[in-house]
Amino acid sequence: MPIETWLTFVLGFMIIGSIVALEIKDILSSIISIGVVGLGVSVAFLFLQAPDLAIVQFLFEIFAIIILVKVFIKKDYHQEEPSKINKILVGVTVITLVAIFIFSISVFENIPPFGKPLMETSKYYLENGARDTGATNLVSAIILDYRAYDTLGEVTVLFTAILGALTVLRISTRKNKNKE
Amino acid sequence: MKQQTGMTLIVKTITRLTVWLIILYGFYIILHGHLTPGGGFGGGVILALAFLNVLLAYGREFTGKWLKIPFLEKLESFSIILFLLVGISGILAGKLFLANFISKGHKYHLLSAGTIPVFNIIIGIKVAMSLFLVIWILSGLKLEEGEET
Repeated sequence: MPIETWLTFVLGFMIIGSIVALEIKDILSSIISIGVVGLGVSVAFLFLQAPDLAIVQFLFEIFAIIILVKVFIKKDYHQEEPSKINKILVGVTVITLVAIFIFSISVFENIPPFGKPLMETSKYYLENGARDTGATNLVSAIILDYRAYDTLGEVTVLFTAILGALTVLRISTRKNKNKE
Repeated sequence: MKQQTGMTLIVKTITRLTVWLIILYGFYIILHGHLTPGGGFGGGVILALAFLNVLLAYGREFTGKWLKIPFLEKLESFSIILFLLVGISGILAGKLFLANFISKGHKYHLLSAGTIPVFNIIIGIKVAMSLFLVIWILSGLKLEEGEET
């Protein structure tokens, strides 16, 4: 079977999983559905021959599931109040989404075929990457040699985010201790 | 008798047997980042998950003694300075900032590809420490909120 068929199957699986995660009442089942969607993303990356992304996606999904379960399992979030549905708003949203989908069909027809990128840069990387950098993993060669500035920015973003989280959360922890 | 924290004896035994294998696998993914799929980010997340495994199985107090949290915080802050230092040493070697100035070596060898393995190791340490510290702080916050209610 061609790769597009498998991808369509996985994408449909993920769409069904997302709808289940939104609509189901039990919060634990909802978290598990989110995990199924993440697994679908990682399987899709595997089909698209990107094992690096698949590994990272799979591990982060485990990480997110552990955090979500640890946060939600002990508190009484299991009962969910039925929400009031505004029928006009739902109708307008559905009609808009269908209209966008119909108008964007012509865009999908113009996408380049799988494995044939339009950019000259990626062709250059594929042909000369191993010789220029000496690394046989081209993803590593691109993110740590050709695009090392991007990686520096990413590390800085991660550093700043962790710094902010640690500062804010540590202040609240200290306040709790002072109260006792 | 001591107060038991964490999960049951089965989980603790399995964790004790497997956590070093997980850490070894994380180091393998980081060190072979320039040869096989993976690299700093993936290997770092594996290391963080290994520490998280210990935290879930053994509880907070044991993990705090085992891992020496202030040292991890210093390592986390130091790794980004190390990244910048490797970048600046590219200028000192007569090339551009973040240039690949070490010799490339032979293809498919573990010690090859210049600065790419160095960056992989630094990013792996950084990601592992960051993710684990977030989990650590969140778990402490949750415990004290539980005591209030």
